[in-house]
Amino acid sequence: MTIEPLEQLVQSFEIAGQDFSRAGEVSSKIRRILQQIGAPVETIRRTSVATYEAEMNVVIHAQSGRIDLSADRCAIQITVSDVGPGIVDLDLAMQPGYSTASEEVREMGFGAGMGLSNMARCADDLSIDSVVGQGTTVKMQFRTNG
Amino acid sequence: MLLADIVKLLTATSVSSVANLDQHIENAGASDLMSDVLALTKPESVLLTGLCTPQVVRTAEMVDLKAIVFVRNKWPDAVTVKLADEMGLPLFSSPFPLYEACGLLYQAGLPGLLDRRDPNDHWLSVAAQDGRRSVQRTTGNSRGSL
Repeated sequence: MTIEPLEQLVQSFEIAGQDFSRAGEVSSKIRRILQQIGAPVETIRRTSVATYEAEMNVVIHAQSGRIDLSADRCAIQITVSDVGPGIVDLDLAMQPGYSTASEEVREMGFGAGMGLSNMARCADDLSIDSVVGQGTTVKMQFRTNG
Repeated sequence: MLLADIVKLLTATSVSSVANLDQHIENAGASDLMSDVLALTKPESVLLTGLCTPQVVRTAEMVDLKAIVFVRNKWPDAVTVKLADEMGLPLFSSPFPLYEACGLLYQAGLPGLLDRRDPNDHWLSVAAQDGRRSVQRTTGNSRGSL
């Protein structure tokens, strides 16, 4: 059986930190792209939820950030990197309910400390690399074959 | 249950330019925490919430919600309504408080997010475990025979 070469999709998007009026726009764009390329509905849903949580984290905590999307027939890769405060205690940050978000953010329905655990639940692979005072990079992979 | 039935039960008013009253709704959930909505919501659901920000609409987009009902006569701002209109997402406002609104829909037969027919449903198993723990505390039954 011959394996056809994979057509790889690669795109990058900028995120403005603290701009709550536009928060979620990048996740929405990525969602539409995944729909256009015919990714499975369930994979789009998992990817959308995790990407939106990650985008909100950048808007809430960082000065600026970007999301890199790459997708082929087998998997979707989302890398979210920011210039920001970094995560002081990653184990603590992963605990459901732990949050350092402001009251303003909580009033918008976020900052309940569920973001990272939601991402971990949705992604097939998740890695977080954070340097305090510099920023955070979250890499997530979503397999399209379930 | 049809969205039209939900709107009638909650004496809700249409907020957005789309209503799609003839679509079928399978489940309902209620929360002001968007991370909980992202984590728990099933497709084909309606969300009841007291939160009126554009992030509610973005959240709905990510998890394929069919409609949002704002409780206690809350009315979203123009930015939120415009975003929903662009997505074709129906928004409604109901005079009932959140608890009463949920009760009315549940009483009329609209299920929540637990799937009682599915023995593997995550939240059903969590609820069952919590129930066992509480019974063990009450009866002192160390065998946990429930």
